[in-house]
Amino acid sequence: MRDDSKTPLLAVRDLHTYFHTFAGTVKAVNGVSFEIGQGEVMGLVGESGGGKSVVGFSILGLIDSPGRIEAGEILLHGQDLVTAGEARLREIRGREISMVFQDPMTSLNPLHSVGRQMDEVLRLHSDLDAGARQKACVEMLESVGISRAAERLKAYPHQFSGGMRQRVVIAIAMLAGPRLIIADEPTTALDVTIQSQILKLMRRQIAETGASMILITHDLAVVSEMADHITVLYCGNVVERGRTRDLIANPAHPYTRGLIDSIPDTTHRQDRLRQIPGSVPDIRNLPRGCNFRDRCPRAQTLCAEQEPALTQQHGSLWAACHFPLAPGETA
Amino acid sequence: MFAYLIKRLIQMVLVLWVVSVIVFLMMSFTGDPVFMVVPIDATDAEIAQARRLLGLDQSLLVQYWKFLTSLLQGDFGRSYVFRQPAMTLILERMPATVEMVLVAMALAIAVAIPLGVYAGANPESRISRFIMAGSLLGISLPGFWVGMVLIYLFAVHWGVFPSSGRGDTAELWGIRISLLTWDGWHHIVLPAVTLSLGTMAIILRMTRAGMMEVGRQDFMKFARAKGATRSDVLYKHGLKNALIPVVTIFGLQLGDLIAFATITETIFSWPGMGKLLIDSIYRADRPVIVVYLMLVAFIFVVINFIVDIVYTMIDPRITLK
Amino acid sequence: MTTFLRSEFFHNYTRSSSAIIGSALMAFFVLAVLVGPFLVAQNPYDIASLNLMDSYKPPVWVAGGDAQFPLGTDGQGRDVWASILYGARISLFIGVVAMVASCTIGTVLGLIAGFYGGIADSIIMRIADIQLSFPSILIALFLMSAVGTGVDKVLIALTAVGWVVYARTVRGSTLSEIEKEYVQAAKVAGLPNHKIIRKHVLPNVLTPLIVIATIQVGTFVLIEASLSFLGVGVPITQPSLGLLIKNGFDVLFSGLWWTSVFPGVAIMMLVFGINLFGDFLRDELNPRLK
Repeated sequence: MRDDSKTPLLAVRDLHTYFHTFAGTVKAVNGVSFEIGQGEVMGLVGESGGGKSVVGFSILGLIDSPGRIEAGEILLHGQDLVTAGEARLREIRGREISMVFQDPMTSLNPLHSVGRQMDEVLRLHSDLDAGARQKACVEMLESVGISRAAERLKAYPHQFSGGMRQRVVIAIAMLAGPRLIIADEPTTALDVTIQSQILKLMRRQIAETGASMILITHDLAVVSEMADHITVLYCGNVVERGRTRDLIANPAHPYTRGLIDSIPDTTHRQDRLRQIPGSVPDIRNLPRGCNFRDRCPRAQTLCAEQEPALTQQHGSLWAACHFPLAPGETA
Repeated sequence: MFAYLIKRLIQMVLVLWVVSVIVFLMMSFTGDPVFMVVPIDATDAEIAQARRLLGLDQSLLVQYWKFLTSLLQGDFGRSYVFRQPAMTLILERMPATVEMVLVAMALAIAVAIPLGVYAGANPESRISRFIMAGSLLGISLPGFWVGMVLIYLFAVHWGVFPSSGRGDTAELWGIRISLLTWDGWHHIVLPAVTLSLGTMAIILRMTRAGMMEVGRQDFMKFARAKGATRSDVLYKHGLKNALIPVVTIFGLQLGDLIAFATITETIFSWPGMGKLLIDSIYRADRPVIVVYLMLVAFIFVVINFIVDIVYTMIDPRITLK
Repeated sequence: MTTFLRSEFFHNYTRSSSAIIGSALMAFFVLAVLVGPFLVAQNPYDIASLNLMDSYKPPVWVAGGDAQFPLGTDGQGRDVWASILYGARISLFIGVVAMVASCTIGTVLGLIAGFYGGIADSIIMRIADIQLSFPSILIALFLMSAVGTGVDKVLIALTAVGWVVYARTVRGSTLSEIEKEYVQAAKVAGLPNHKIIRKHVLPNVLTPLIVIATIQVGTFVLIEASLSFLGVGVPITQPSLGLLIKNGFDVLFSGLWWTSVFPGVAIMMLVFGINLFGDFLRDELNPRLK
């Protein structure tokens, strides 16, 4: 049907999602564009409050009032989801695009058994009879590493540990064989030891099914292991994007440099952990010019006057900066 | 489970014992009941004899001991006014109260939960604001006054509903029940509506608050991310979670209905145990008041126990401990 | 004052129609009970000012009404409007005084239970638990039947019913407050307990009580009205709004509705106003809901 090598699986073009509150308009996503090919993993990175989760919810059409997608396109196989009706979106949710939430303790309904919550996906998206659905659920639970799966279907979420619950959430997300998984900080709420298990599990699931994934996280260390491409968000804008290898080794944007420097390095001894000074500005009334300039060591007068556009840099990188870093240069 | 039942049973007995002490003490400080049983022109000797007969000449501790032992033996005393066992008097009138309370509760739930769910699911809509203003009015109204207005409008002015009594009753297993006759239903409408308004308003507000709280939960959004419809998410995932706080107040609300039934029964001359209590208070008929309170305390304790059991059936996280 | 006018609280107040209506109703009643009796010509409890010729006059807009008695008169020729102003005075007095008494006693007991714990805590909280499993109206009714009628007796009964909610709230916030570093530090520094309670604990546990206290005045007005309606509340010489309704109920079946309907409307407006404003306060003072 479609030539997957030409059309990207998902293309987000100039997405604007605003929240209209009493205190002013929050421009949570303010002109974000990116593409994901079949089977690719893209990391969506930024500090909390940078609009990462809103991008995920926008793709699924789950932005609730007072939020609204103001402009832009979200193309799945070339079909625009922004203008698609709710009925079409419901077909897509869970079946073509599914989501894994941050906190496994709250993303499952405490009053429904795990089996019932899994079964719901198949009832919505398949014509299987009850027996076949149960069989599919058992197989899926086993494949995410939950033993005695048939028995566990009857259990309730509170009878599982945090890591096990996240496995259940992943099982639910994978159940209908989606083409794209949006994982919103899937390991942030978990113990460090559990984190790598869950990441390994997600990577294996994606490799086996050939699905793509958007991995939303504030943790560059996690994406650098998982992602093929990385998109860095700051204040609702893309500030840098490119291949993981290029971006981690030689970022062009000072913000990305700052994020990388704040990763605790276990191989080299460091005197102290470096942090980006300051904090994310009030997103309700952003000043003219570059949003990062107040925290940027390279900022000059031009940065306050003119907003930098996304331009091609060295290697595969694109960055929105008037004074980008050359390869090897430190901020 | 067994250990839980034993523990609950001990708790229930303890509560009833405390209630018996309080009731006994309060009653001992009220007017001298001896004058309720002797004729107006009784001599001092007759009064003293009556007092001895009632055991009122002994110390409080002895009186309480006798009170408690007779309670435990199933002897709840005799009404000074009716000269009948107080328990019999109350049990005769209990079905009338129970059926009015149950009809009122059913009415409250039937109206409050759908409206509360709607108002919680659409907090910004005009209809929701109207519902909420109405419910606030519901808890601001004196119930007895509502009853009076209903009597004036529907009984005195339009004459569509009777203003007093139970109407015809039919017997089922030896209990007289109005709900088995059309006339009985005709009579129960006004009192049940009057009684239900306060509870209706409270259940409505709890349901709405529960729906709004649950609407913010992650699992609701996760369910939508699976592709479920908005209404499926609201009713299949949200409602049960939203109703947990409603279940916890259910017992208290049933208790409130029994308590407010005393007033409603007085207004509508409904021959239940609540009206008997008020009449007994006027007549200082101490044994009836005591038995009423002990019986109602027992009912409350049992209701609370049942609510706890129901609670564990709805919420798998709660286990009986 | 200017800081108050600029505060978020005041800003939200001016935007909330229910808060404005609620406080307007409350202000109306406070004003009515303070100056109302001086504005009406008749003192309904001065027998000399009553004229039996004026008895059972309907409201002014009904045929046979008299402009002198806008809401009609009762069987003794008493002006219903004047009776309401005098009655609201008694109702509101009982509600406010009983609330202050409940709040004081409940707060003290809650502080004791929360700060000292142990046996005092167990006793206070067990009593509170048992009491909470019974409807307030039933407890009040039972107490009134034991102690007899009177404004003072009603106050006692309402206070006995009302302290529990404060005790539980204060105990809860005290327990979480004494966990905090500054109280621990004060303890270590050797500050005496009563000073720690007064200086550090008390100011921090009072905010949630504001909402409870506001709404409780309305609840007490309703309970008092019910007790008086049943004849076990205030005496006939000091008729509250509830007793006015009871007196009117006796002639309702003759179609003389105004003597009971209007006092009821007054109670409804008063309690509705209190509840509206209480709801607004709850939303404002409870940061979790914001």
